[in-house]
Amino acid sequence: MNNWIAKVTGQPSFDLKTWILDHIVTILFWAFIILGLLTAQNLTMDGFFTELCNRFYRNIFLILSLIIPVVAGLGLNFGIVVGAIAGQLAVIAVRYWGIAANEQHFGGLTGFIMMIIISLPIAVLIGWLTGTLYNKTKGQEMIASLIVGYFGNGVYQFIVLFVIGAVIPVAMAHPMILYDGVGIRMSVDMGSVTYSLDDLFEIPFVPFMIGAAAVILLFLLWNQFIRKPKADGRTTKLNVIAFTVYALLSAAVMVYFIIQLVTGSVLNRVRDVPVILILVVVLLAVFIQWIMNTKLGQDFRSCGMNQAIAEANGINVNRTRVIATIISTVLAAWGMVIYLQNMGTLNTYTAHNNVGYFSVAAILVGGASVDKATIGQSITGCLLFHAMFILSPEIGKAVFGQAALGEYFRTFMVYGVIGLSLGLYVWRANKRAQLKMPGEGESEELKDQRLIAG
Amino acid sequence: MNNGILEFINVGKEYSGHAVLKGVNMDVRPGEIHALIGENGAGKSTLMNILFGMPVIHATGGFTGEVRIGGENANIMNPYDAMQAGIGMVHQEFMLIPGFTITENIKLNRETTKSSPMSKVFGKRLETLDHESMAHDARKALDIMGMDIEEYTRVHGLPVGHMQFVEIAREIDKTGIRFLVFDEPTAVLTESETEHLLDAIRKLAAQGIGIIFISHRLDEIIRLSDRVTILRDGEWVATEDTKNITAAEIARLMVGRALTLDRDESERKISDEEILTVKDLRVNMPGEEVKGVTFSVRKGEILGIGGLAGQGKLGIANGLMGMYPVIGDVTFKGEPMDVSKTNETLKKGIAFLSEDRKGVGLLLTSPIDLNIAFNAMEVQGKFLKKIGPFTFTDTAAIKANAEKMVKDLDIRCTSIAQNAGALSGGNQQKVCVGKALALDPDLLLVSEPTRGIDIGAKKLILDLLKTLAEEQGMTIIMTSSELAELRSICDRVLIICEGKVAGELSPTDSDEVYGMMMSGMSKEEAMKAAKNAGGGPND
Repeated sequence: MNNWIAKVTGQPSFDLKTWILDHIVTILFWAFIILGLLTAQNLTMDGFFTELCNRFYRNIFLILSLIIPVVAGLGLNFGIVVGAIAGQLAVIAVRYWGIAANEQHFGGLTGFIMMIIISLPIAVLIGWLTGTLYNKTKGQEMIASLIVGYFGNGVYQFIVLFVIGAVIPVAMAHPMILYDGVGIRMSVDMGSVTYSLDDLFEIPFVPFMIGAAAVILLFLLWNQFIRKPKADGRTTKLNVIAFTVYALLSAAVMVYFIIQLVTGSVLNRVRDVPVILILVVVLLAVFIQWIMNTKLGQDFRSCGMNQAIAEANGINVNRTRVIATIISTVLAAWGMVIYLQNMGTLNTYTAHNNVGYFSVAAILVGGASVDKATIGQSITGCLLFHAMFILSPEIGKAVFGQAALGEYFRTFMVYGVIGLSLGLYVWRANKRAQLKMPGEGESEELKDQRLIAG
Repeated sequence: MNNGILEFINVGKEYSGHAVLKGVNMDVRPGEIHALIGENGAGKSTLMNILFGMPVIHATGGFTGEVRIGGENANIMNPYDAMQAGIGMVHQEFMLIPGFTITENIKLNRETTKSSPMSKVFGKRLETLDHESMAHDARKALDIMGMDIEEYTRVHGLPVGHMQFVEIAREIDKTGIRFLVFDEPTAVLTESETEHLLDAIRKLAAQGIGIIFISHRLDEIIRLSDRVTILRDGEWVATEDTKNITAAEIARLMVGRALTLDRDESERKISDEEILTVKDLRVNMPGEEVKGVTFSVRKGEILGIGGLAGQGKLGIANGLMGMYPVIGDVTFKGEPMDVSKTNETLKKGIAFLSEDRKGVGLLLTSPIDLNIAFNAMEVQGKFLKKIGPFTFTDTAAIKANAEKMVKDLDIRCTSIAQNAGALSGGNQQKVCVGKALALDPDLLLVSEPTRGIDIGAKKLILDLLKTLAEEQGMTIIMTSSELAELRSICDRVLIICEGKVAGELSPTDSDEVYGMMMSGMSKEEAMKAAKNAGGGPND
């Protein structure tokens, strides 16, 4: 009886056409960015990197908040808009007290931490409501999440435009309140909270890059030679290749920036790196990775892969999905607070509007899809997407002679990316589901099955 | 010995007033292989759903009677309770997550975890997974099955035989498993895989696990089981020691019915002209795959197609209409035909009454007259009038035609403007017949014409089909799960088993022969077995 079943092996064969189709969005963005860098006339390297880094620090947290719902099978959570709204409500409350206290209290880092704390219960509540709604609209979560964003926007506007002042008593002369004593003004100054996290500890860009590359290189070496991935067959040739590529890449980056440092190139003028903020992002990434390795994370993945089977095995699917939504909403709220402390002002009525679309577009650019998203994809996506944002006016100017046209290009790219990715996803899913006669263009695994079945 | 026995005591279940299980008694001893057999709708799945406390049972008012383990009421309200009670199931449809590895699937929702500081604060769900111990357990379960496959292989792309074994490994890995249900485990396996599976089941039984083995393959039941219980129409028929019963007896008990439809014995004259010949027809209809069927029909004949669910009998008519991917040589009225083009098939004079009356057959929210005219309008351009460059529906002609059909077919409705969805099942089916007749077909394919229709209306539909054949010389191919109705009007019956024609029977052949052929025996074997058992022709 032993060994009667033949070993199933076989590496998935590499097919260039499929690979390009799978990465089409990312490839298009790379092409766009290279075009932009080649045609841009008034763009300096340090200016470009300063802008890119700024945007990266601001947005990465929001984008990371999308990962868990994707893994749990909820798709792309456009509903992080309501998470952002939770963050903004906390910001408004803390800024109100802060300005009233002349920045003596509730300012600076204390203010920032208070915003984080206050936004937590609001986001948990909203996330719970949203998650419950998603459970009622199974299969349509993404559309539901869009509508949740619009609905949340309506409720939020009602609160900041009317409830504050009319229901909640506020000081009429407070600079944040509109002239008639009801509602919040168009923009709220972040005052001393601005850069409170960024400014904690900063080091110049080039040394930071050298250090970061060195840390990554050391980690790779440690992982490969000291920890040694378990000998369970996962240490394939591919892993060795991946290690070599990554190690060489980080070494190259390190050498490149050492040269920049020595030659004193323009890159030394790039904005200083907010180390604490970066640490917070790293912590979040570690947290996501860690939670995926817990029972809860495994349940997320089970629900994401197949709800019916998860349910049949006794996993409480609905509860798991609600937890995923709550985590996502809370992270979005905190992401928004981090975003605002970097921006310096809150546009009360518009700041949250595009959070959903932009974050979703960014993660898609990184190569994520409705049912797959990783931390790496979020980071790549964030960088590529915002590089496009910076470069599109330049391209507009170079190609059409008008920077404004580039602005339209941005919008086109954002919605185009979402449309293209979702379209491709559905197209692939349909192609997989299409019935064929056995033998007619059948997939490799079907063929294997038939061969073994004789 | 009586300790740990699993008993069903007088178990009954109704779905909205319709009894699907009536006072079933059955017991399974530890270490025993107990086969459970019955036709579709005999109540096997309902019984198992009760055992597992599936939501479908408790959401529809629970069940009557008792399930006892070791003499005590087991009180199983959900699948988790069943798991706690040591009951496992190897599903017919795989409950595996393709994207997970074998280990992850075996340990699904039973992952081994290590506590961490976070889990101490926020609860057990935040304990980290212990991958090593999980892999170790999975390896152990796989070794018991004698499976030499790496436990970290992804399930996606594994051959079905492997998946079946992963399912079993999962059940074995559950600690304290006492009873294991196999639901048609061999349906998807090749011959050698089946042998290994049966070996594995024997091994498990030898370890003291009580096995419930559901299968339609009589030979497997005879070879494997210690006892066999037969259900029919939701009722317990018999429980016997397998060594005291023959395949023929099991087949007779499984098929025989109290209620039979009378057959008019008068000979009908059928021309010798073959109107349709089908060679090596293959249809990829999920769950009803057809794997090479050859037959022919003569003009004016009523050909029956029978067999158990999932064996491919429904795929034939659906394939001939091009509803699913299809290949095969089909000749209709002497001309070869490409059956994958539904529109052309309809134009050539073949009409189809789908088994999915509400999904494919009718526009439920449209009135009767439009329903009847719809296909003829779309396919043949009937009931249309042209005014200049525009084409309009000819409302008057549609109405006249509908009035005629309502009269001819005796459709009970308030008016022809009534929505099809508002009619009873029997009258809906008549509207479908009317719709097919509006096409003026030479050949009518009818699938499950009496499904979901009460007994009185059944007779009317069957009579109607017979009249069509006799008076208008229409050729009919009728597919049905109900042998009684096939035998009441058909001239010949083809039995389909595992996607192929098991054989052709006369409507007067005995119950045993029908039962054994549906269970995968050839006609010769079945005839011989029936003869030995002393079963005469049915009367």
